Amino acid sequence: MSKKTLTFLLMDAPFEQARVTTAFRLIEDALEKGHDVNVFTYEGGVSLSFTEQKPHPNAVHGRSVVEEEHPLPKDWIAFIQEKAKEKGCNFNWINCGLCLDERGVNDAIVGCERGGPADFLVWAKNSTSTLVIGTK
Amino acid sequence: MKALQIIQSAYRCTVEEQDDPVVWFAQVLQNNGGEIDILLKGNAVNYVIAGQDSSGLKFGKWQQNQPAKLDLDLTDCLKNGLGIYIISEDAQDRGIPTDKIIAGIKTVSRKELPALFEEYEQVWHW
Repeated sequence: MSKKTLTFLLMDAPFEQARVTTAFRLIEDALEKGHDVNVFTYEGGVSLSFTEQKPHPNAVHGRSVVEEEHPLPKDWIAFIQEKAKEKGCNFNWINCGLCLDERGVNDAIVGCERGGPADFLVWAKNSTSTLVIGTK
Repeated sequence: MKALQIIQSAYRCTVEEQDDPVVWFAQVLQNNGGEIDILLKGNAVNYVIAGQDSSGLKFGKWQQNQPAKLDLDLTDCLKNGLGIYIISEDAQDRGIPTDKIIAGIKTVSRKELPALFEEYEQVWHW
């Protein structure tokens, strides 16, 4: 199979919709198959890479913070970055800069850059396919 | 690249850009060399009614001074070369009078959508 470049646009904030989890699964599957992936986040999606996300214990379940192993999207991104390196794939991530400013979440994990819609347009023009996963 | 933006969620997140975020995004893409058109469906067809007014939001001493003006945003889009379509059945279902629709808006029926989509390299459903 020839290498493809896929671009995704994500809009949902962390945790609030299953669309984010589904998108991450699609992204990982694309990398697993050896394709390059670009991700542009817009609106609430810019918080996915925010470094200050923190896990917490779950008193209802009677689990400590360690036992709970609370999933954090910023960690998912880091794991996907690692996978991309292992697979020899390009994995690029750009957050909408204005959306970052509005939400005060500029402090993104390493590898997640600041940009704007024009970056997304360039990616879309040069990708095999582009999937916008809007929010509702 | 010619791309069609389909907008369905209406008046969502309008306090963020004080605009519809996808309409805003489409304008940025157009200004950066994209060939962008917009298709409004569902409740979003309401954006094409001229003279709508969403002002008046206030909390305590704070008052929103730049409320979203979707009709004016769409008028700007038209001036900048974006084509704007609405689905005729969705407009009829909502009782939108044709004489209230902004000049320059194009109407398509649901059965005409496949042919419309064929005109674009990419179709993005927001």
